[in-house]
Amino acid sequence: MALIRNGSLATDPFIDATAHESLSDTGALLINLTQWQEHRGILLERCDPLGILLQSDEHPENIADDLDNFELVALDFPVFRDGRAYSYARLLRDRYGFTGELRAVGDVLLEQLHYMHRLGFNAFQLDSNQPVEDWQTAAGEFSVWYQPTGDGRPTAMELRLQRKRFPTAASIR
Amino acid sequence: MPQMIIANALKDGRVVFLADQGRWVNRIADGLLAENEFQAEKLVQIAARAEADNQIIGPELIKVSGSNGQRLPVEIRETIRASGPTVKGHPGERN
Amino acid sequence: MYRYDEFDTTLVNERVHQFRRQVQRRLNGELDEDQFKPLRLMNGLYLQLHAYMLRINVPYGSMSSRQLRKLAHIARVYDKGFGHFTTRQNLQFNWIKLEDVPAVLVELAGVGMHCIQSSGNCIRNITSDQYAGRARDEIEDPRVFCEIIRQWYTLHPEFSYLPRKFKIAVTGSPNDRAAVALHDIGLRMHRNDFGETGFEVVVGGGQGRTPVIGKTIRQWLPVKHLLSYLEAILRVYNMYGRRDNIYKARIKILVNQLGIDEFRRQVDTEWEQIKHSPLQLPDDEIDRISAYFEPPTYRTLDDLSDQLDKLRAADSEFDAWLHSNVAEHKVSGYAIVNISLKSTEMPPGDMTGDQMDAVADMADKYSFGELRVTHRQNLVLADIEQSKLWKIWRELSALGLASANIGHLTDMICCPGLDYCALANARSIPIADQITARFQDLDRLHDLEELSINISGCMNACGHHHVGNIGILGVDKKGKEYYQFTLGGSSDQNASLGDRTGPGFPADKAVNAVETILNTYVDIRNSGERFSETYRRVGLKPFKEALYGTH
Repeated sequence: MALIRNGSLATDPFIDATAHESLSDTGALLINLTQWQEHRGILLERCDPLGILLQSDEHPENIADDLDNFELVALDFPVFRDGRAYSYARLLRDRYGFTGELRAVGDVLLEQLHYMHRLGFNAFQLDSNQPVEDWQTAAGEFSVWYQPTGDGRPTAMELRLQRKRFPTAASIR
Repeated sequence: MPQMIIANALKDGRVVFLADQGRWVNRIADGLLAENEFQAEKLVQIAARAEADNQIIGPELIKVSGSNGQRLPVEIRETIRASGPTVKGHPGERN
Repeated sequence: MYRYDEFDTTLVNERVHQFRRQVQRRLNGELDEDQFKPLRLMNGLYLQLHAYMLRINVPYGSMSSRQLRKLAHIARVYDKGFGHFTTRQNLQFNWIKLEDVPAVLVELAGVGMHCIQSSGNCIRNITSDQYAGRARDEIEDPRVFCEIIRQWYTLHPEFSYLPRKFKIAVTGSPNDRAAVALHDIGLRMHRNDFGETGFEVVVGGGQGRTPVIGKTIRQWLPVKHLLSYLEAILRVYNMYGRRDNIYKARIKILVNQLGIDEFRRQVDTEWEQIKHSPLQLPDDEIDRISAYFEPPTYRTLDDLSDQLDKLRAADSEFDAWLHSNVAEHKVSGYAIVNISLKSTEMPPGDMTGDQMDAVADMADKYSFGELRVTHRQNLVLADIEQSKLWKIWRELSALGLASANIGHLTDMICCPGLDYCALANARSIPIADQITARFQDLDRLHDLEELSINISGCMNACGHHHVGNIGILGVDKKGKEYYQFTLGGSSDQNASLGDRTGPGFPADKAVNAVETILNTYVDIRNSGERFSETYRRVGLKPFKEALYGTH
């Protein structure tokens, strides 16, 4: 497994404590929703970075008010066909204002990276022999986007209207 | 009842039958007949390897009645797969 | 009609490039079939009984002659010389090779066509009224909004892995020729007291195993909110639609489960948050797209109905064809011509490459280079001068495309069935064949008035059997093909699901059952009453008795 964060190969500082009985490890810790809900008090006292892993049936509204406590939100794709986390990512970024690392984990293929990035994922756990190349392929896959996703990419509609207001020598066929 | 392996070829999707020496053929008449469960299991294994090797997709073991030297699948679906659409009026249809 | 600009062209080319890479990764084993299947489905590529099938989008059924010629070329070079038009106004090729698909996609991209999202658990081709922009009974051309919606859902990153497929249809006329109530989202155009155009939004319709007529979630949606409201519906569905059982994963199940009021509440809650986002449609954009759908420059012509009546009186076959295949155009002196793809020669909805070329030529010569596909698997030339009707009829007759049957018995919807489709339980085309052969007499055909027979080869209902006046469902009963009948279905603005008559009939008795049903109708009907009206009046009982005898 390789971790791509913001376009580069990265090491993962987070210890996966989702299966741990106690949460006494120091350092960056990755927990799950149940652990957050049950041990919130203890976890809030920690100073080290905290990450949370949501399953595909755990809606991010469960943590919407707590996002300031997390450096990392990881969303699981149990099978890549389960597309719920695409909406969760959108909400986390656009609605709940999460600005930390939004990581896609689980069954994540090169073929989904572009869409995920559009929706606000900036980190991906990839099962690939060539994760950096895969990321670069995915990043450059499309240069035209029809619909706004809050990712800052200009939509075709915006560009067309802009062109109308500031026509250049080349006209639209 | 005798059995055969039917599948679709990966590259062109055409119906193929497992023949001798791991070959895949288009005509049901050229395919290998398994006369008992032991032979059938061997064919299934060969087919599974071919699928893992990306030669074919979706191998199935089907019952074939072999009367008069003719090979006729028992299920209508496989008969249609073996001999083509039963529809008239099309150029190049097998039937 | 819409023409691609460099943004559309770039996007389609990038998609072709992406799919070429995906095919390579499959052929060299980097992707296995489980990983590749959803990807190829999102590009319209199925593995069927005999070969790969490629489904090409014809957005809201609108096509240019240039595009039709390209389809003819692909049929000849990459397929067996023919194609099949579907109930979603798309075209399917049955004999495609996986290794040829990238080349086919390049050919299609060259004429502004593609297969993006024509299958898979994503938003499928948007469909509409085949008379859009030309019908007298229309409020406004719905294709403007269809195109806006089409761009919004194309490669939408959030809605590409939905619980299940998603189908949207739009009608601009109160006479619903697009079956909107049988779609996941149906949009019915209305005009308010201020003369503004808006949409009634219907949700949760669909056929398949559990057919449902859609329910109105919103009575009036101003056009500027079109995309944000659709996005709200899709987001709720994407998050809460069932994913545990593919037979319970459509939005109709979610709507039934929550009830329409709760579903509406959830959608409205989401919508409140995004109503004023960049999804709101500026007038600029609506105007920009509308410009593509400006009507052609018509000549000022007198209505020729009187002259046509004389011709009709002299030629009963021309009369029959005019009666069934030609519809009223909003502009005086023009007509809408239906091209029947239902004959004794070919399976329903099929067309050879040569026929496609000939029809493309006719579109250029007679109809401003454009044509439409209907959801009943026929074609339409929508701008024909009345003075050309006789000539066109002769030309279509020579091509075998002038069966005078549109809207009548032999204008059947028929899915490919077990002859082609990996999902089917029984064959459908031979049944359609038999019915067509039995009812060749034109007088009898027209005496039976307007009536629809829809045939499906399995419960997926691609042949829309639930909404046929007579619906036929092929089933597998202990290895033999049997055919179950439903009666009284309808897909128009008074949509209804057919009632099952009883036990099915074996293949060699099915056509007799059709005769029995029709004879019963003829016996019972009031003068001028159509099948659907008679059925509504008398119900299932007399038909059931005729089919199975009274006990």
